[in-house]
Amino acid sequence: MADLTTDFVGIRSPNPFWLASAPPTDKEYNVRRAFEAGWGGVVWKTLGAEGPPVVNVNGPRYGAIYGPDRRLMGLNNIELITDRPLETNLEEMARVKADYPDRALIASIMVPCEEAAWKAILPRVAETGADGIELNFGCPHGMAERGMGSAVGQVPEYIEMVTRWCKTYYDRPVIVKLTPNITDIRMPARAALNGGADAVSLINTINSITSVDLDRMAPEPTIDGKGTHGGYCGPAVRPIAMNMVAEIARDPETRDLPISGIGGITTWRDAAEFIALGCGNVQVCTAAMTYGFRVVEEMTAGLSAWMDEKGYASVAEVSGRAVPNVTDWQYLNLNYVTKARIDQDLCIKCGRCYAACEDTSHQAIAMEPGRTFEVIDAECVACNLCVDVCPVEDCITMTRLEPGETDPRTGRVVPAEPGNWTQHPNNPAATAAE
Amino acid sequence: MTDPLTPGLAAGRLSPEEIEGNFADLHAPLGPRDAAVAADRCYFCYDAPCIAACPTEIDIPLFIRQIAGGRPEEAAKTIFDQNILGGMCARVCPTEDLCEGSCVRETSEGKPVEIGLLQRYATDSLMRRQGHPYNRADETGKTVAVVGAGPAGMACAHRLAMRGHRVTLYDAATKPGGLNEFGIAAYKSTGDFAQTEADWIMQIGGISFEGGKALGRELSLEELAESFDAVFVGVGLAGVNALAAEGAEKDGVTDAVRYIAELRQSTDLASLPVGRNIVVIGGGMTAIDAAVQTKLLGAENVTIAYRRGRDRMGASVYEQDLAASKGVRIICNVQPVEIHGNGAAAEIELEYTADTGDGLRGTGERLRLPADQIFKAIGQTMTLDSGLELEGGRISVDAKYRTSMEKVWAGGDCVAPGDDLTVWGAAQGRDAAEDMHAALMGVPEASTRAVIAEAARGIDAPPHGHAPHPDMPG
Ligand SMILES: Cc1cc2nc3c(=O)[nH]c(=O)nc-3n(C[C@H](O)[C@H](O)[C@H](O)COP(=O)(O)OP(=O)(O)OC[C@H]3O[C@@H](n4cnc5c(N)ncnc54)[C@H](O)[C@@H]3O)c2cc1C
Ligand SMILES: Cc1cc2nc3c(=O)[nH]c(=O)nc-3n(C[C@H](O)[C@H](O)[C@H](O)COP(=O)(O)O)c2cc1C
Ligand code: SF4
Ligand code: SF4
Ligand code: SF4
Repeated sequence: MADLTTDFVGIRSPNPFWLASAPPTDKEYNVRRAFEAGWGGVVWKTLGAEGPPVVNVNGPRYGAIYGPDRRLMGLNNIELITDRPLETNLEEMARVKADYPDRALIASIMVPCEEAAWKAILPRVAETGADGIELNFGCPHGMAERGMGSAVGQVPEYIEMVTRWCKTYYDRPVIVKLTPNITDIRMPARAALNGGADAVSLINTINSITSVDLDRMAPEPTIDGKGTHGGYCGPAVRPIAMNMVAEIARDPETRDLPISGIGGITTWRDAAEFIALGCGNVQVCTAAMTYGFRVVEEMTAGLSAWMDEKGYASVAEVSGRAVPNVTDWQYLNLNYVTKARIDQDLCIKCGRCYAACEDTSHQAIAMEPGRTFEVIDAECVACNLCVDVCPVEDCITMTRLEPGETDPRTGRVVPAEPGNWTQHPNNPAATAAE
Repeated sequence: MTDPLTPGLAAGRLSPEEIEGNFADLHAPLGPRDAAVAADRCYFCYDAPCIAACPTEIDIPLFIRQIAGGRPEEAAKTIFDQNILGGMCARVCPTEDLCEGSCVRETSEGKPVEIGLLQRYATDSLMRRQGHPYNRADETGKTVAVVGAGPAGMACAHRLAMRGHRVTLYDAATKPGGLNEFGIAAYKSTGDFAQTEADWIMQIGGISFEGGKALGRELSLEELAESFDAVFVGVGLAGVNALAAEGAEKDGVTDAVRYIAELRQSTDLASLPVGRNIVVIGGGMTAIDAAVQTKLLGAENVTIAYRRGRDRMGASVYEQDLAASKGVRIICNVQPVEIHGNGAAAEIELEYTADTGDGLRGTGERLRLPADQIFKAIGQTMTLDSGLELEGGRISVDAKYRTSMEKVWAGGDCVAPGDDLTVWGAAQGRDAAEDMHAALMGVPEASTRAVIAEAARGIDAPPHGHAPHPDMPG
């Protein structure tokens, strides 16, 4: 059995699966149940400053995007940070940590962007015995209107400043949670690094309107006829989160900065993909909110079995394995020529590949008598669309033309050497001549 | 108290509650959730094979997509545009031989998209709404007589009315519907659906129904052709083939279709007499329906006796399995030779047969089964002498459903070659109506195809050889 124990910036946990800061981690009762179910750690629901806690709406706070069988694909929320008193949360955190010393317990914090506010809360958090803190610079609704959350996360200078305060007044690891509601994710990551952050975690939720009630003409969730944008999460956001993780992992400035991956993780495979793209561990929210805490059993068992199969002894060994293969478009090998191939034995003759290629692409599939579909090599540009629309797995595959073969579309012999845009004759800035 | 073991013909073999349960919908209708899930299984195939397999060529992928998009009523419009009897067809079509049998998911995984159930979901939702979804075109001033108010006649009348013609719909029976009303198995058309549908079709206006008027009795084709601009004949097959067995005149020997008609018109199934030991002679849909329904009424033993091999049975494998699942026994390669009994049937004597290639031959080996009720389900025939040219005992028509007589069209079961399904009646009635309209108005015939086939798109050949051919780098 592969060892799932992880050491993330000095914080040890029995597995890399942490619950992200959100309702699943809002109180002692939940967190105890989560630890009993097997979660490796939790990031406690974000704490606010001392004093009267924030309030939440009293109408619906979620919106959802479903697949046809009501499978939850995306969730949107307008919930704020914890609405329970700071004191209560701190007491509970201390009790839970004492009872589960082997699990990671991280305090998520969001207080006003003033040094005094951070200086006041950090020692109190330290007293709970929490293993570290996560700075919530991501919440995109409500708190942002008050100059916190993503309002800070969108200004790299503020991130750097607040991170530095935290490193000054707190001596355990500081993780900076990033908002995806920004054009270039590398900027806030660099700012966190410059402020002394031990790690970044991403993504927090994405600004979104999930649906519009066409009778009331209002966005959902609708509160007394009005709605506001919420934060989007769940399986639908995973591709966006993975790209942001990869951008940070391959940025020369931040490539050594540890990353806790978040966004739509639902199965062991999702987690493995985040880890391969450079994460040291992962955090989960929506999957737990949809199916309950027991989903972690599939995650740990699956990850461990896959690692055994591949011969990886530890999570650290997997971490970042795919990063060297994430590159820029300009470095992709233009001499890699493929053609679509249809396996006639697997083909069920639905004609979707034909409709896609004929109506919207390159007219490279012929419909022959008897509903036989054949690729016309002289037209196929290898775009892969037919593969994506074919309902039968592995029925259409992209097959490489060997060097020396002639591409019937271009009439050119496929060269053995790779060649990319930086060397292409059509590129005015080409570096290599013919 | 009667029960399944009571000898002879007896009513009330099962309790009214049991009977009601037995005659509930064969397939429970889909709810919105199930419909969404079922609809999502459709691949929206290009030039979909299921469309080609539907005699009325309903644009199946389109209507399923409309269901998936949450618009079942628009889906129903897509269906009714092609087939105004889409509601009945959704219930009675042998989909395993038609659309679902050709679904690519049937071929690939043996589990087709549930087209029939989805069609019912859509059509039910539109028919539940008040009002009729089609308007009539401006009055043309033309009048048409439609004889026979079965599926073919109703489809023809509706399309003609839609095109602005005035239709008089005659039927020998006092209510419209044809075999929808008198033939289809009760558990396929529950809750008086046949009548509801007939009324709904008439709501388009421009159709006046005249029941109790039969061709060859009150009506003659010559007179009709004289007083109307055109005539459509859709009289189905009213006759029943005679049974060539000794004792066939004994009490308890009945036409299956007549018994089924009685069953369909009964308001209290528990009061319908049914035998204890039943033998059904035949191998088609009618045989299956008679066997299954008598079993559901509480008969103890029901046997279908078919003269050829199972592969030659007219009933689909699905129907055969349905019968088996209800406890009906099917014996193949036997033919009746004699019905024994003192006045009333008590036993049937069957002889095994061999198919020699040049016809069926009795092998001499015999078999006796107790039988207090024997159903003849050996096919229906045209008994009407309309004076029209026939072909294989049915009215001969050309590709446009024109008969040998000027101004007279025909369709449905009464025409050759004869596929004898509700949906074929609907298709032929509709197409005949379009041809009548074209002939009456001197306009080109409207296409009744669901989608424009690839060959007819009328667009230049694809721009082959013109995809960008970038140079290779270095
Ligand atoms: C027992 C049974 C079960 C069946 N089950 C199915 C099934 O599950 N699915 C399926 O698709 N098909 C089924 N069929 C076949 C289907 O019912 C017919 O193919 C269909 O009804 C044919 O339609 P039609 O309009 O041609 O004729 P019909 O439905 O027979 O209608 C003919 C009409 O003409 C009237 N008529 C007859 N003679 C005269 C006359 N001389 N003058 C005036 N009116 C006249 C009749 O009263 C009747 O109303 C079944 C048939 C039977 C007998
Ligand atoms: C209802 C809800 C409340 C959340 N509250 C917080 C919060 O208080 N602090 C925080 O850092 N993130 C919060 N998040 C964001 C999650 O921690 C997480 O970053 C995001 O949901 C993406 O992960 P997922 O796709 O696994 O859900 C919240 C998410 C949800 C759904
Ligand atoms: S890869 Fe693209 S161009 Fe080639 S056949 Fe498929 S869809 Fe057409
Ligand atoms: S999409 Fe796939 S299954 Fe469908 S016709 Fe094309 S190759 Fe065959
Ligand atoms: S063949 Fe099946 S999958 Fe294809 S369009 Fe028809 S119902 Fe849908």
